Amino acid sequence: MIHDIILEIKGLQLGSVAGAVIIDKVDLRLKQGEVLGLIGESGAGKSTIGLAAMCYARAGVHIAGGEVILGGVNVRALDAEGRRDVRGKRIAYIAQSAAAAFNPAHTLMDQVCEAPLIHNIMTRPEAEAWARQLFRSLDLPDPENFGSRYPHQVSGGQLQRAMAAMAMSCRPDVLVLDEPTTALDVTTQIEVLILLKSLIREYRTAALYITHDLAVVAQVADRIKVLRHGKEVEEGLTDQILHHARQDYTARLVAVRGAAASERATKATVTPETVLSIQACHAYYGDFHVVKGVSLDVRRGETVAVVGESGSGKSTLARIVTGLLPPRSGEILFQGKPLPLALKARDKELKRRIQLVYQIPDVAINPRHSVLDSVGRPVQFYFGLGRELVSKRAKELMGLVELPVDFLQRRPGQLSGGQKQRVCIARALAANPDLIILDEPTSALDPLVAEEILKLLRRLQAELGLSYVLITHDLDVVHRIAHRTAVMLKGEFVAFDQTETIFDGPYHPYTEKLINAVPVMRSDWLDGVLAKRAQAALPAAH
Amino acid sequence: MKVFGQKPTPSAWFGLVVMAIFMVVVIFTPWLAPYEESANVGGTWDEPSATSWLGGDQIGRDMLTRIMYGSRMTIAVALAITSLSFLIGIVLGFISAVVGGWVDIFFTRLLDVMLSIPSLIFALIILGVFGSSIPVLILTIAVIDSTRVFRLARALGMNLSVMEYVEAARLRGEGLWWVISREILPNARAPLVSEFGLRFCFNFLFIAGLSFLGLGIQPPYADLGGMVRENAAAINFGMMAPIYPAVTIALLTVSVNLVVDWMLSIDARPSGAQAEL
Repeated sequence: MIHDIILEIKGLQLGSVAGAVIIDKVDLRLKQGEVLGLIGESGAGKSTIGLAAMCYARAGVHIAGGEVILGGVNVRALDAEGRRDVRGKRIAYIAQSAAAAFNPAHTLMDQVCEAPLIHNIMTRPEAEAWARQLFRSLDLPDPENFGSRYPHQVSGGQLQRAMAAMAMSCRPDVLVLDEPTTALDVTTQIEVLILLKSLIREYRTAALYITHDLAVVAQVADRIKVLRHGKEVEEGLTDQILHHARQDYTARLVAVRGAAASERATKATVTPETVLSIQACHAYYGDFHVVKGVSLDVRRGETVAVVGESGSGKSTLARIVTGLLPPRSGEILFQGKPLPLALKARDKELKRRIQLVYQIPDVAINPRHSVLDSVGRPVQFYFGLGRELVSKRAKELMGLVELPVDFLQRRPGQLSGGQKQRVCIARALAANPDLIILDEPTSALDPLVAEEILKLLRRLQAELGLSYVLITHDLDVVHRIAHRTAVMLKGEFVAFDQTETIFDGPYHPYTEKLINAVPVMRSDWLDGVLAKRAQAALPAAH
Repeated sequence: MKVFGQKPTPSAWFGLVVMAIFMVVVIFTPWLAPYEESANVGGTWDEPSATSWLGGDQIGRDMLTRIMYGSRMTIAVALAITSLSFLIGIVLGFISAVVGGWVDIFFTRLLDVMLSIPSLIFALIILGVFGSSIPVLILTIAVIDSTRVFRLARALGMNLSVMEYVEAARLRGEGLWWVISREILPNARAPLVSEFGLRFCFNFLFIAGLSFLGLGIQPPYADLGGMVRENAAAINFGMMAPIYPAVTIALLTVSVNLVVDWMLSIDARPSGAQAEL
């Protein structure tokens, strides 16, 4: 039936002001109650399509061609006033970062009720009653009074659900969900995912689900469309994409997630010599006790991973080792000798031996420095070499991180995310360190790029005998490169052992919760989790 | 045609052309000016003529010549003041932002004290005590003006010093000077350059104002503010004389502002486009 189709996009084209083609002739159709997953790496144009579905284009981008038909109306033909009437009412948007999307100066209720009031479809009491009902179906705490809170008074997962309530406030026909769970911890992600799924089912809303994580989208989408460089790669039913991808690119995306279990770090590089040993360290931010008596040792050639969710204190541990946050008590030994706790007290040689690679390469290298400046400076600073020797060494380093030598003249703005991270690694290597602290080195990167970076890190470890402390929330990464793993919860290690021992069980309850919260590349994984939970709840009910 | 890699708007073009004319005139004044700076060439407030395009001033010197020398003096002094105030403001502002702690508290409190005194009164007191020579004038206004630059530089420095590339430089063990000059300054350049244009305008007007009050640049040097004052009486006789220097002040101020506005708009919208609504 033709009227069954609620959103239809035909031949959509978007271009940048500079003339580049951003989206090239993409079509999509969405039936009532259907969820279409849009998947692709960064720059694939997923978010741009999501916004274009509302006939909106970000600054610097314009809609060059095509039609957007929403419930039989061509939205592109409407004027600004007509489009404004459609947005929020017929089609609503859920952004990735709820924290940035809410106005901190208004209560949640004011913001959830705003759209129905602006569109004149409900009175204030009606809108509030509807909002409370949504809070209840989204399982928010104290739904009667939840709306009187301000955004900073609720957690990240709750805020993301409040945004879902805001999007549903006008009972739209179509929801655009732009990476709604990407900014959340795995254990929170699964809860939000369950609720979003039931919300979409309950109100029979059609949805465009945008994400880079195939395993996540597999849980909610009926169909999946794979995008790359603004073009459609393929579209198919979820199971077909997961198990019988027609295109090579899709198959590679699927394979990245599947590789984790089969491939494990070899022990070949590990030596008995201890490089770093942290003993019973306690660290505070003001009066807040962040790290509570943590002990850790790392051997030459070994990778020790510290896993935990945000707020667990894992990044603080990295700051302790680098000397940015001296612990209040405890001791650190580096190559057998006591390491001064404060950065100021460490001499140049000690600073050289411990290097740090950051999570977000875009802000970790100075955008005004050329790659040669960034990579060459540590060489010049630590070894006092002249210009020619510095540039010779910089060329060697580019070879080590597998970047072309002529990239030395480029600025960070001319590099991709993965290339920038390679520059960061080269900068760390420039100091000839013994220990590199990797603070979420792949979490800002696309899966295929992250895969390459992990391979590079492993190769460098084997060639140079480096030791890594890997800070991460991603269990997949841990699987692949960590020899030993510590699981951190609220400032303490709940488990610290060989990686396979950690993953093969028996688990600490929190480790088990973490492992089980990672989406698996099967379309029925989430239903399985729900069934298991229902089963576990049954005996308790009796 | 492009300037700084961008296409200027029509108003920016106007500003750029006027600024360019001023620059040529100011640099080559001794060769371009029709007469000597203080030469008497006619009577008081002579009508404009073929030999004296804008007529004469209150003691019969050529108005056009005086305006050219006046612009040269006023612009040179304003540039010297702005450069000095930026040097002081940026160095102290960045140190304050990067070092923090007691250093920051000391400088910001000192700034609060200075800002609590109205700048014109402050300048009048200093110039009254030390006399109005050009070096004293430059130093006084530069110190007053540097408080504004300090605030901007400190705010920019605060934002930039928490960036991870700055942290990386500190972890490496780099000194304060490297962090300020190599890590922070290059990234603060764009807002600072446009602020330089604005501060130049304020300083230009401030000297003109002080000269109008008789405390700025002293005779026999020509300067625009002083010329407005000296020729003010001509208004009573319906003559144009004070209008010419006043218009010159306005013209330069407006054109610098147009250019700065354009530069700021490039900064705010790198793509030069708005969201499609």
